[in-house]
Amino acid sequence: MYTPLRLFITTALVAATCFFTLPASAQESGHDDQNKVAEGVNKAEHEIEHNLEESEEKFNIGQMIMHHIADSHEWEFSHGVAIPLPVILYSEDRGIEVFSSSNFHNEHHEYNGYHLVHGDSETIEPVDEARKIYDFSITKNVASMMLSAIILVLIFTSIGKAYQRNVGKAPKGFQSAMEIVILFIRDDVVKPNVGPNYEKYLPYLLTLFFFILVNNILGLLPGAANVTGNIAITMTLAVITFIIVHINANKNYYKHLVSPPGVPAPLLLIMIPVEVVGVFMKPFSLMVRLFANMTAGHIILLSLFGLIFIFQSMFIAPVISLFALFLNFIEIMVAFIQAFIFTLLSSMYIGSAIEEHGHADHGH
Amino acid sequence: MSLLTPNPGLIFWMLVVFLLVVFILAKFAWKPIIKGLKDRENEIQGALDLAERTKAEMVKLKSDNEKLVAEANAVRDRILRDAKDASDRMIAESKDRAAVEGQKMIDSARDTIRNEQHAAIAKMRKEVATLSLEIAEQVLHRELKDKESQEKLISDLASSARMN
Repeated sequence: MYTPLRLFITTALVAATCFFTLPASAQESGHDDQNKVAEGVNKAEHEIEHNLEESEEKFNIGQMIMHHIADSHEWEFSHGVAIPLPVILYSEDRGIEVFSSSNFHNEHHEYNGYHLVHGDSETIEPVDEARKIYDFSITKNVASMMLSAIILVLIFTSIGKAYQRNVGKAPKGFQSAMEIVILFIRDDVVKPNVGPNYEKYLPYLLTLFFFILVNNILGLLPGAANVTGNIAITMTLAVITFIIVHINANKNYYKHLVSPPGVPAPLLLIMIPVEVVGVFMKPFSLMVRLFANMTAGHIILLSLFGLIFIFQSMFIAPVISLFALFLNFIEIMVAFIQAFIFTLLSSMYIGSAIEEHGHADHGH
Repeated sequence: MSLLTPNPGLIFWMLVVFLLVVFILAKFAWKPIIKGLKDRENEIQGALDLAERTKAEMVKLKSDNEKLVAEANAVRDRILRDAKDASDRMIAESKDRAAVEGQKMIDSARDTIRNEQHAAIAKMRKEVATLSLEIAEQVLHRELKDKESQEKLISDLASSARMN
């Protein structure tokens, strides 16, 4: 008798606490007696109704979508349920400052001389506009990326250990599942495109594939960050590929750049700029392709869910959910395809730069 | 447009995290994985090669064996044939020789018999002549007293002559 009763009371109390405190949290706390509690509940209900009316009027699907695909200083799973993340700022006068982003939870979104500005994406601006700050905060994207990095390291070091443990034996379980993917990347993506010296680039390209894949998949989870749909991430990846290509590129590649073979001298005036633009176009296309694909997927899914709130109808929801389910499957496919394409194009890019016989593709 | 403006802080963290991941995975994951895969492939290739080689060797051994058996059979056949030939020849030879010997013995026996016959006949002739002479001598020696005693004497002599 005792335990079920206690369970019931605890549950009721927890539920009541959640119900009362969440809407009331914006107001002043500190109700001591019964009357005040009732008053607070009334006020909270008014507030909720008010908010609902307001949101009915003001539901802006564009803003909602931008808010979801943009980076943020806290990890919001649903309305009001958010993990505050550390804010790291560097400024010349104050040095490095670290504090929690929950400090911005006040009326003016202001703390310690900094504003949290909600625009399309969040930025932290100093109140004193003369100061220049650098924001190195662990944002939602950084946290998600670190999570995926930890997942990657855990998965693949354990698989690496499995290979060391059963030397000369058939792969088992998860090891064999991953082996198929690793072999696919090695034999069908890297080996034919990079050429005979592929082994030097294999670790980078494998990491690239799995990093993009894990971040793509994680990004599909509800409440997760849109890491690979962020241009800073794809830019960094593309630039790393660009650097690897140009560190390892051979003479043929550079010669081809300044004097493409078989081109008459007057045409060189046009061809050299075209070749040079081509050099930068390749990483640029890598960057934009991944960013645009992932962001577009998120925008489509969010637009579909936004439709439910625009129509405000019970009957449209199942239809849209079905459609969103279908699109989610497509997005899972896209997650794999984009990771594959990024790796494939990086391999081709590296392969064309280290090719021995000057048959480098012309970058068109 | 903020969507298209890369955030420097994010780039910084991305660089740090991604390069760290590349480094850690390259050292602790890809190295053993790629090595393991390659070792396994080499092992499988080696096993396949060995099987192929063993198969070829088996085929060679088999054909060698067959050749050996065929050779042995041929040798056996030849030996048997030789032995048979030799025995046949020996039998034929001995038969011939035996026939010749037999003939020779028969001939010599015939000669001997003929010689003995001749000798016996000659001897008999001589004996008969001698006997006749003796009889004649005895007859002549005794004077014929009577006719009866003469006849008696002749029959006696004749019977004693028949004894020979």
